[in-house]
Amino acid sequence: MSSTVTNAEPRRFHLDHEPHLPEGDSTMLGFWIYLMSDCLIFAVLFAVYAVLGQGFAGGPGPKELFELPLVALNTAMLLLSSITYGFAMLEMAQKRQSQMIRWLIITGLFGAAFLTIELYEFYHLIHEGATPGSSAFLSSFFTLVGTHGLHVTFGIIWLITLLVQVTRTGLTPSNMRRLMCLSLFWHFLDVIWIGVFTFVYLMGMI
Amino acid sequence: MSTDDMHHADNHDHGSVRSYTTGFILSVILTAIPFILVMAGGFSSRMLTVMVVLGMAVIQIVVHMIYFLHMNSKSEKGWTLISLVFTIVVLFIMLSGSVWVMYHMNTNMMPMPQGMTGQ
Repeated sequence: MSSTVTNAEPRRFHLDHEPHLPEGDSTMLGFWIYLMSDCLIFAVLFAVYAVLGQGFAGGPGPKELFELPLVALNTAMLLLSSITYGFAMLEMAQKRQSQMIRWLIITGLFGAAFLTIELYEFYHLIHEGATPGSSAFLSSFFTLVGTHGLHVTFGIIWLITLLVQVTRTGLTPSNMRRLMCLSLFWHFLDVIWIGVFTFVYLMGMI
Repeated sequence: MSTDDMHHADNHDHGSVRSYTTGFILSVILTAIPFILVMAGGFSSRMLTVMVVLGMAVIQIVVHMIYFLHMNSKSEKGWTLISLVFTIVVLFIMLSGSVWVMYHMNTNMMPMPQGMTGQ
């Protein structure tokens, strides 16, 4: 028994050769794992909203504050931006740079429209006296929806940055990789928004 | 080496006009149904309305995952799916755990003056 162990070749826990991977090979998986961790941030905020969402402190509740037509319009903006980003990715796969840029600009405009409507809603709420400080419900509402809006804001900044980069250096493999990461990020935000409009707005109005 | 590169390029599914359009139409339907339902006042049973709205959201999330995020069991050798499943497990524990624990804290541990129960 012991002789076989000593005679056996020592076990190696590393590979003989470093695997030769092309540059950026693991970027998409890494970015996906980042998105999953971002998902956990939103899960925590949803949990906070679930716990505190009934604490109105004598102030207004969802039924007095939310306007569903506005939320429906907002949802439409984000959904449209998702499909236009998809079309941009299809143009990228065909290496049609100018068409891709056109779709990306449309995506950015839909994203900006979403943000404008959301800021209008926030302004309206605060103007009515429903500030983040007035109740636990409103604190958790502004934190959850605001964090999503902040993500969209950074998505738009990222989009503009990539537009500049693509116009300057063209559709290089790195630029295409970056655009694919942003694509994941953008569609991911749309998925989070499904949770927001269902859980916060629709459930609040039932 | 060149075949390796080819394989790598094929790894990322870009979808097609058809798949994006399908996903979009499904999403519009799955968004419109709960919005119209809630705006119209919902079913007489509140529970049924809640279940329908939640069900539509779950289906729409799956539609987005498949048609927009191109999720499948093969992308990145299955690691994206494994990390997604792991995240969903953690997410479920965290959400249900928080709501469960805090509900019991609320009902059992916080004697409040009249009119401040928050319900």
